[in-house]
Amino acid sequence: MIYLDNAATSFPKPAAVCDAMTAFALEIGANPGRSGHRLSVDAGRVIYETREAIASLFNMPDPLRVLFASNATGGLNQALLGFLRPGDRVVTSGMEHNSVMRPLRALESDGVRVCVVPSSPEGVLDPDDLRRMLREKTDMVVVNHGSNVNGCMQMIRELGAIARRAGALFLVDAAQTAGCVDIEMERDNIDLLAFTGHKALFGPQGTGGLVAGERVPLERMRPLIYGGTGSRSEFETQPEFPPDRYESGTPNTIGIAGLGGGVRFILETGMAEIRRHEDELAAALVDGLGSIDGVRLYAAPPERRLSTVSFTSEALSPSELGLCLDEEFDILCRVGLHCSPAAHASLGSFPEGTIRFSAGYFTTSDEISAAIDAVRALVRKGDRA
Amino acid sequence: MNEDQCVVLFHSTSLALRGEKLCREEKILVKLIPVPRRLSSDCGVCLRFPCVEEERLRSVFAAKALEFDDIVRL
Ligand SMILES: Cc1ncc(COP(=O)(O)O)c(C=O)c1O
Repeated sequence: MIYLDNAATSFPKPAAVCDAMTAFALEIGANPGRSGHRLSVDAGRVIYETREAIASLFNMPDPLRVLFASNATGGLNQALLGFLRPGDRVVTSGMEHNSVMRPLRALESDGVRVCVVPSSPEGVLDPDDLRRMLREKTDMVVVNHGSNVNGCMQMIRELGAIARRAGALFLVDAAQTAGCVDIEMERDNIDLLAFTGHKALFGPQGTGGLVAGERVPLERMRPLIYGGTGSRSEFETQPEFPPDRYESGTPNTIGIAGLGGGVRFILETGMAEIRRHEDELAAALVDGLGSIDGVRLYAAPPERRLSTVSFTSEALSPSELGLCLDEEFDILCRVGLHCSPAAHASLGSFPEGTIRFSAGYFTTSDEISAAIDAVRALVRKGDRA
Repeated sequence: MNEDQCVVLFHSTSLALRGEKLCREEKILVKLIPVPRRLSSDCGVCLRFPCVEEERLRSVFAAKALEFDDIVRL
């Protein structure tokens, strides 16, 4: 089996992730921060340590501003719905996932003004285009750091500088990049960073969240969920300090334990080593698929791409090709619109969608070669049919 | 040497754990303990430390803007 669907979720997971989850289940198990007993404190410590690991990964001084949620979608919704009010203006790119576009469209129907800066056909948001769009007073800029459709990465440091200069908060969707691309909150001018735990951070599904930089006025970010936190229980009002204000209800402690194992794996392996391997895979994918007659690649610029590629073939529809790869070659990938109609429209692949190969750190060069050979064989056969 | 012990109370366990970490970095001897019964606090844990370190502890927390509830002598 060849797994090329790492942009959906990474697989397999490092042993450290499974070990951390097993250790939690067997040795701790308790509800964190709800009681004073030893196991409850140990559970609280597991969460705190993961918070710290995430904070250090993004060079964020205060780990208590790492807010856990169920996934990137939860983090993005917290930032968007938490800050934006009727009359506010928000600017975004043409490469967004529905986890940004759907909350934005919902906010739009409540009177938030949503403006989209078109991206190039390769998926790049030009900083000058953003600058022009920010001549009008803008409250927030939200940008997908790395495309889940064609792997195109944005120049977030420049974009963030422009957004901040215009007085807007800069929200980055790092679902595809957190864990495999070097990101620093302040250096990269990021105010809010949404991350998911189960992709390049190698954690289990059901983990993720939002990192709120030091200059973010949290008093203006309303929680989306209110309830028990184990803190200040004498009051019926929500606590006002992070992370408790945004983390009501018993958390996914076992998942967060696993996420901690994932981040430790990354810190031990080294981001540079992960990037080096994935860049190699990206180059092999683009060169190999690009050399097949009748295959159209929706490639990102070489200097700014993840190991995720999208393509179509003249001979077979994406869904036919995907099914044949699965049934005849045991290759697992994802076809269609990838929850991102806007990005496909920008790249010129809407509404048919594409077939997407997404490699991860555990993908080997041999697997990439085998997948390319399989596409070549299927496209040739489809041509003759 | 003065061996009197104090505790610092927090609003939540995550704040207490952050406090523990910051103190350890500054080599202030702290221990995370259940909140003594006579002191009410909700999160259930607090940090015990030698009272002579109170000023240093306060300044470490102030420098990192870490909120705490109260400091009490045991
Ligand atoms: C760019 C992008 N943003 C957001 C998400 C949402 O992530 P999650 O499903 O973990 O909430 C994904 C992946 O599904 C994504 O690729």
